[in-house]
Amino acid sequence: MEFIGLTPLEWEALRLSLQVSAWSVVGSLPVGIAVAWLLVRCRFPGKGLLNVLVHLPLVLPPVVTGYLLLVLLGRKGVIGKVLSERFGVTLAFTWKGAVIAAAVMAFPLLVRAVRLSLEAVDHGLEDAAHTLGAGRTRVFFTITLPLMTPGIITGAILAFARSLGEFGATITFVSNIRGATQTLPLALYTLTQVPDGEAGALRLCIISVLLAMAALIVSEWMSNRFAAHMRG
Amino acid sequence: MLEVQVRRKQGDFEIDVAFSPPESGVTALFGPSGAGKTTIVNMIAGLVRPDAGSIRLNGRCLFDAGRGIHLAPELRRIGYIFQDGRLFPHLSVRANLTYGMRLLPRPKRYATFDTVVEILGITALLNRRPAKLSGGEKQRVAIGRALLSSPTMLLMDEPLASLDHQRKEEVMPFISLLCSEFSIPILYVSHSREEIRRLAEYLVVLEQGRVVDSGSLKELTDRLTLLAP
Repeated sequence: MEFIGLTPLEWEALRLSLQVSAWSVVGSLPVGIAVAWLLVRCRFPGKGLLNVLVHLPLVLPPVVTGYLLLVLLGRKGVIGKVLSERFGVTLAFTWKGAVIAAAVMAFPLLVRAVRLSLEAVDHGLEDAAHTLGAGRTRVFFTITLPLMTPGIITGAILAFARSLGEFGATITFVSNIRGATQTLPLALYTLTQVPDGEAGALRLCIISVLLAMAALIVSEWMSNRFAAHMRG
Repeated sequence: MLEVQVRRKQGDFEIDVAFSPPESGVTALFGPSGAGKTTIVNMIAGLVRPDAGSIRLNGRCLFDAGRGIHLAPELRRIGYIFQDGRLFPHLSVRANLTYGMRLLPRPKRYATFDTVVEILGITALLNRRPAKLSGGEKQRVAIGRALLSSPTMLLMDEPLASLDHQRKEEVMPFISLLCSEFSIPILYVSHSREEIRRLAEYLVVLEQGRVVDSGSLKELTDRLTLLAP
C-alpha cells in the first residue's frame, strides 16, 4: 500500500478495522433481525429480560462490557473454555475476539433500527400475501424483509460505524496487539502515548474521518436507491 | 358453496351470524359501518379466528371450533380484495399479479395471465410500480392479483369505497364481468346501495353483528324500502 502513502502500521490498523467491522455487521445482522422479530412480533416469558440484555451494552461502560466478555469468553471463561477445548477456537487476544466485542457493542443500535422498520411494516400487506397462498416463511422473505430494507441499511451502517470506533470493550477483552487486535482507534491511542506520535495520530485521525464519511455516503446512496426503487 | 355459522365477541360487540349464499354470482354483505362486515369476511379468509361455529366451502371444512380446525389463510384458496388494495409496494405490477399465481401448481390454475391482464385492461401498467398507479388502476391490479391465484371464491371488502365516482365506473364493469367470465362466487361487502343494486344478485343484510334479512336482490327490493334510491 505504498502508493497511497500509508505506513505499515497504518495499513495494518486500517485493514484490521475494516475486517473487524465487516464481520461484526455480517455476523450480527441476522441475529439482530431475529431478535427484533422476537421483540416486536412475539409474546413470551422473559421478553422484558431479553430487551434489557440487548440494550445493556448501550448503557454499561464499555470497559465493563469488555471485562464481562473476558470473564465469559476468555481462555478460562465459562464459555471460552468450552470453545477452546472442544472447538479449538480462541477469542481472547485475537481479531475474532475484537469482532465479538465490536458486535456486542453495536448490537443495541442495530436492533433498535431494525425494530423500528419492522414496526413500520404494514400487517395488511402480510395478510394479503397469506390470502394469495404464501406461508409464513415465504411472507417473511418476500414481503416483510424487503420492506424492512431502510431500517436494515440504517442498522447496518450504525453498527459498522460503532464497530469502527469500538475502543473500551476491545482493549479490555482482546488488548492492544499490533497486527492482531490493534484497530484504528487503538493505534491512534497508542500513538498519543509515545513521544513524537502526534503526526502519526493526526494521520490516523484523518483516515478515521474519511472512513466514517465513506460509510455515511454509502448508506445514503443505498437508502436513495431503495426509495427510487419504491417510487418505480 | 359457502356455509358460514360463526360467533365472535370483540369487547361489547358480538357477531353472531349464519348464512349460506348461492353457489355462483355476487352475494352482497350489506349493512351500515360497524355492523361487523369486515370481521366476517376476515373470518372467512382465515385472518380472524371466530370464537365458535364453523365455516365450510364446497364441502371442505375451513374452520370448526368444535373440532379445533382453523385452516391458515394460505391453505384456503380464497381470493381477497381489500378496500385499500394492499399491493406490494416493492414489487412491479407484474410481480404483484404473479405473486399468488406462481405459488399454485400449473394444473390447478384456471385463470391465465394474459386473459386476466386483458380483461382488466392493465397491459400498459405491467412494468410500473404501485406508487405510480391511480386508485382505480390499483384496485384493478388487486383484483387481477387475487384472480390469478385461481381462488375458489373471491371476497371483496368495499373495493370501491376509496374511489371517486369516475374511478368507480372504471372498476365496476370488471367485477360483473369476472363472475360471468370465470364463474366463481363473489362475496361483496358494501354499504353503498348503488353498488349493490348494480352488482349483487343475492343479499345478506347485517345490523349490529346479526343477519336481519337475506334473499335475492329482487325479493328484498320488493320487501324492503332499504334499497330504495
